[in-house]
Amino acid sequence: MNKENAITVKDLTKTFGAFTAVNNISFEVGRGEVFGFLGANGAGKTTAMKMLIGILKPTSGIATVANFDVISHAEDVKKSIGYMSQRFSLYNDLTIKENITFFGGIYGLKKTDIKVKTQELIEELGLHDEANKLVGALPLGWKQKVAFSVSLLHNPQIIFLDEPTGGVDPITRRQFWEMIYREAHKGKTIFVTTHYMDEAEYCDRVSIMVEGKIEALDTPKNLKTQYKVDTMNQVFLKLARNIE
Amino acid sequence: MNIIRYIIQKEFRQIFRNKAMLPIIFIMPMIQLIILSNAATFEVNNIKFGYIDNDKTSFSRELVEKFNASTYFNVLSDYPTAKSAKSAMLNGEVDVVLEIPQYFSRDLIKEKKSDLSLTINAIDGAAAGVENVYVSQIVQQFNSKIRVGLMLLGTPEAQPQLIETIPLFWYNETLNYKTFMVPGILVLLVTMITLFLSGMNVVREKEIGTLEQINVTPIKKHQFIIGKLFPFLILGLVLLTVGLIIAKLIFNIPMVGSILLMYGYTIIYILVILGIGLFISNYTDTQQQAMFIAWFFMVIFILMSGLFTPIESMPEWAQILTEFNPIKYFVQVMRMVMLKGAGISDIFPQVLKTLLYAIVMNGLAVWSYKKVN
Repeated sequence: MNKENAITVKDLTKTFGAFTAVNNISFEVGRGEVFGFLGANGAGKTTAMKMLIGILKPTSGIATVANFDVISHAEDVKKSIGYMSQRFSLYNDLTIKENITFFGGIYGLKKTDIKVKTQELIEELGLHDEANKLVGALPLGWKQKVAFSVSLLHNPQIIFLDEPTGGVDPITRRQFWEMIYREAHKGKTIFVTTHYMDEAEYCDRVSIMVEGKIEALDTPKNLKTQYKVDTMNQVFLKLARNIE
Repeated sequence: MNIIRYIIQKEFRQIFRNKAMLPIIFIMPMIQLIILSNAATFEVNNIKFGYIDNDKTSFSRELVEKFNASTYFNVLSDYPTAKSAKSAMLNGEVDVVLEIPQYFSRDLIKEKKSDLSLTINAIDGAAAGVENVYVSQIVQQFNSKIRVGLMLLGTPEAQPQLIETIPLFWYNETLNYKTFMVPGILVLLVTMITLFLSGMNVVREKEIGTLEQINVTPIKKHQFIIGKLFPFLILGLVLLTVGLIIAKLIFNIPMVGSILLMYGYTIIYILVILGIGLFISNYTDTQQQAMFIAWFFMVIFILMSGLFTPIESMPEWAQILTEFNPIKYFVQVMRMVMLKGAGISDIFPQVLKTLLYAIVMNGLAVWSYKKVN
């Protein structure tokens, strides 16, 4: 096992009855890397991610996240990772501050730390006027930014983002990726799924999943050269079409 | 410990923020308590009474007058024939028909006996039985009065019999039906609110997706369950308090026993219900499913609790089933402590069984809550 890897996946498989959602995938993600995890709807991205964050048991195979085995040490994995799901997952009936307090609290942060973090976060996002408003009343783009910040509260080493920019306008998407890069520069590992191929260009490396298998894994530049096309969009279409 | 505090704080914030839920939690049960306690009575009153007087003498009129004087009977009509009385009963206009035969008074005086024929609508068997007793009592009173009357006329065989039973009604001297019902209905309300709230709670977080977010945190299962249980335990106790105040102020229910004991038992009891609620919540995917399952148990628990029908009258297999009915124990304990002033040693079997139940259900709730699927 390479100590430099944030995530190591070997022959990971998940079946639901006769259906194989994730079929024998293997890859590694280095520390500080921005790793794009691409694939069409139903390709098995979310299932694979759920196994990595320790809320879904793999059928077979090994996965190590932050040097912890996701099966035997799921709770240790959870201390080291942040997660933001494609479904918005803050409490709409709590204010921004109350959401931060709650999630900070259940990650076991001290009361004073929560206060400091809350101030920092509100300042960073420029949400002074909204801090005491219910999250449900915020526009989607802001909600996603708050959710991302909340997933960083406990200073995790690896951050899992499941389609974080779904349904968000282009300007907010750009800002969102700036936030992602800021965290990557701090040395955090980013594992992100997306459907936007322009976002794939921002990643250090991308994998493309098709029907439960990883069909391609390299830097965006190498992938474009390999498939003799100009954009990631074309790479994606080529791979997805080949299967059909 | 701290982590649990944050969950509790969040749950309370959500409960008090939901302006539509608060009245549902507090006002609705109180309205139910007041309405149900006044309405859900087994006392048989205002019996629709009719008679056919074929005798038409002062004797027969005196008998009818006795019914008229009784508070239980509404003397409706004098039917000319048995046939018209029959059709009236068919139409539901009358429930009890007394037929006084021809020569009723002549037979009474000459033969010292006469028969009356009584017809009772027995669709509700229990009520019919009670009505029969009421009629018999009135006829008996009439009888003894006649005997005295006849003796005065110089009939030596008719000896007045003065054997009377004087019942002593313990724990509820005035036979007030509400004294019996209010503690029971209060039990139902505390149960319903706590079961439904806890049953909906976790599954609601499943629906909106926040449970997944909680599952990726390193929170321990027992921390999560305790944090979820505690706010509803407090709500249940507040509900009990408001209910007891209403019971005392509006219904003047006697509270003979220890209030402390009542609260102590209620805490264990609510833990059982919350355990069941969370267990349901863990095994369902939508609030709708959870609601139906909660109702399924609620209906069985209520009807087999001994609140509306005595458990002793149930078939043996049903009596065995009631051993698993937490409401049964709560109804028993509330009535025993409130009305009889029972102490801890009197309700010890109930306490023990409820405690065991609480441990099992909450164990199941923690066990069935899966952070990893």
